[in-house]
Amino acid sequence: MRRHATEPLLHLALLAWAALVTLPLAWAVLSSLKTDAEIFASPWTIPGQLHWENWARAWQEASIGRYLLNTLIVVGGALALVMLLGSLTAYCLARYEFPGNRLVYYALVAGMLFPVFLALVPLFFVVDRLGMLGTYHGLILVYAAYALPFTVFFLHAFFRSLPTAVAEAAFLDGCSHASAFFKVMLPMARPGMVSVGIFNFLGLWNQYLLPLVLNPDPDRYVLAQGLAALAVSQGYRSDFSGLFAGLVIAILPVLVAYVLFQRQIRSGLTAGAVR
Amino acid sequence: MRHGRTRFLIGALTAPLLLYGVFVASPYVQAFYLAFTDWNGLSGQARNVGFDNFTSLWSDTAFLAALRNNGLMLLVVPVATIALALFFAAMLTMGRAATSGVRGSGVYRIVYFFPQLLSVAILGVLFQFVYTPKNGLLNGVLEALGLGGLARAWLAEPAWALPAVIAVMIWAAVGFYVVLFAAAMESIPRDVLEAARLDGAGRAATFRRITLPFVWDTVQVAYVYLGILALDGFALVQIMTVGPGGPDNATEVIGLTLYRSAFTYGEFGYASAMGVTLFFITLALTALALRATRRERVESA
Repeated sequence: MRRHATEPLLHLALLAWAALVTLPLAWAVLSSLKTDAEIFASPWTIPGQLHWENWARAWQEASIGRYLLNTLIVVGGALALVMLLGSLTAYCLARYEFPGNRLVYYALVAGMLFPVFLALVPLFFVVDRLGMLGTYHGLILVYAAYALPFTVFFLHAFFRSLPTAVAEAAFLDGCSHASAFFKVMLPMARPGMVSVGIFNFLGLWNQYLLPLVLNPDPDRYVLAQGLAALAVSQGYRSDFSGLFAGLVIAILPVLVAYVLFQRQIRSGLTAGAVR
Repeated sequence: MRHGRTRFLIGALTAPLLLYGVFVASPYVQAFYLAFTDWNGLSGQARNVGFDNFTSLWSDTAFLAALRNNGLMLLVVPVATIALALFFAAMLTMGRAATSGVRGSGVYRIVYFFPQLLSVAILGVLFQFVYTPKNGLLNGVLEALGLGGLARAWLAEPAWALPAVIAVMIWAAVGFYVVLFAAAMESIPRDVLEAARLDGAGRAATFRRITLPFVWDTVQVAYVYLGILALDGFALVQIMTVGPGGPDNATEVIGLTLYRSAFTYGEFGYASAMGVTLFFITLALTALALRATRRERVESA
């Protein structure tokens, strides 16, 4: 009896949290289509007409389009690099015995234990001395380097769990070590690659601290960095609707990806956590 | 089969190890050295100053405020997030013996999880708007509910600025742990839950005696992750708060003090000392969290 009485209350709690999560996002979308005057009047009113020109203004004048392109270049490059190097490293450490194997593995995985803030100051000077401050390739290399420990850690366990017989058969067929990896083992590791790929993509897409320190050139700003700079700079304080539009444009790609791949994304990210 | 083995290994491992060595390992090692110098960024000027940087930390009001604020976050964020997430996860997986969880369970998971995908920078910008006094969402909601008296300039009042930041951290994190815990709860064998039900155990008793011990490993992992999250807070504070770090150091965090010392004042040795301190705090807390929760598991099992 008691159970039936509490049931609606529990549903209400679930609904309340769903509303709490949705409300700020829905409000941002709504505000991005209003005029500034409408925004100031009340947070609740529906826009009289949809002001898509806010989006156009954010895209061009506020350079959100440019930041998006920069982000795609840097994240795309870093993701490709870390997936290639990470899977190779994990495979070698998981499937080949050689002196120093354990040492290399633990040295790599230890990178996950340190807070990035500890490395921040020396990292700035390392990148500076290499002449890579504010360059695409500098950011790509640093992103890939910091994503490497988790990638190796995750895929190491994955390659260990694959059967050895297949690789041995490949060698008997005359495969070289490299082609055994690329043609046989890598395709078998696909589920693990997808999980860690999603994990890395989101992690790199959302980077804020590293570009803030290493990427001082406004023309090369990545999305998170550019948006934050817009919000903080006084000049754009007056253009609320444009800033809301920029915010929504920045959220949109992630939202679309999530709607399309929500199951893979959730299992990919949670698998990353319990490893 | 042995043919070309060494060549393959060298070819495969050189690039990643070089990348890791240059951009990750060497900065970490250098930080421990720099922490004992007064380096200000000009080459050839680094002087060994022993533990001076570390002793100065204890009379640095900004750093002490940061320690206090991160400490508060550390007390509140993991416990509140885990409690909320356990509650929602339990409700989503409840009554599983009959059906597959509560009606709409899948939709709730999809919605709850989404904030996890947002960059902290986006969260900062979004919630700066939410907390805006005049046309912000929060005050608007309060007024619509007839609670207009509670409306205030959230980020401008020293007493409310830190809770406002903490609320954003919890808001963004809960959904992820709901999904994580719900998955763990679904792996509890059905007959165990069935047996508890036949023994007349109510919901609360089932949760405490069966569900919680089963998911405790996951909770432990969550605690460590959330603790690390609570020691950060840099991006949110830097974007959202006045100052940033204000008002009156009310939202200062270690990351922000470090960032400011290094990249505004050029005190690179001093900033490195903060980094080293942060590292040892992280290390100690991880060890502590793992130990504390382990003992708990023995008691509740």
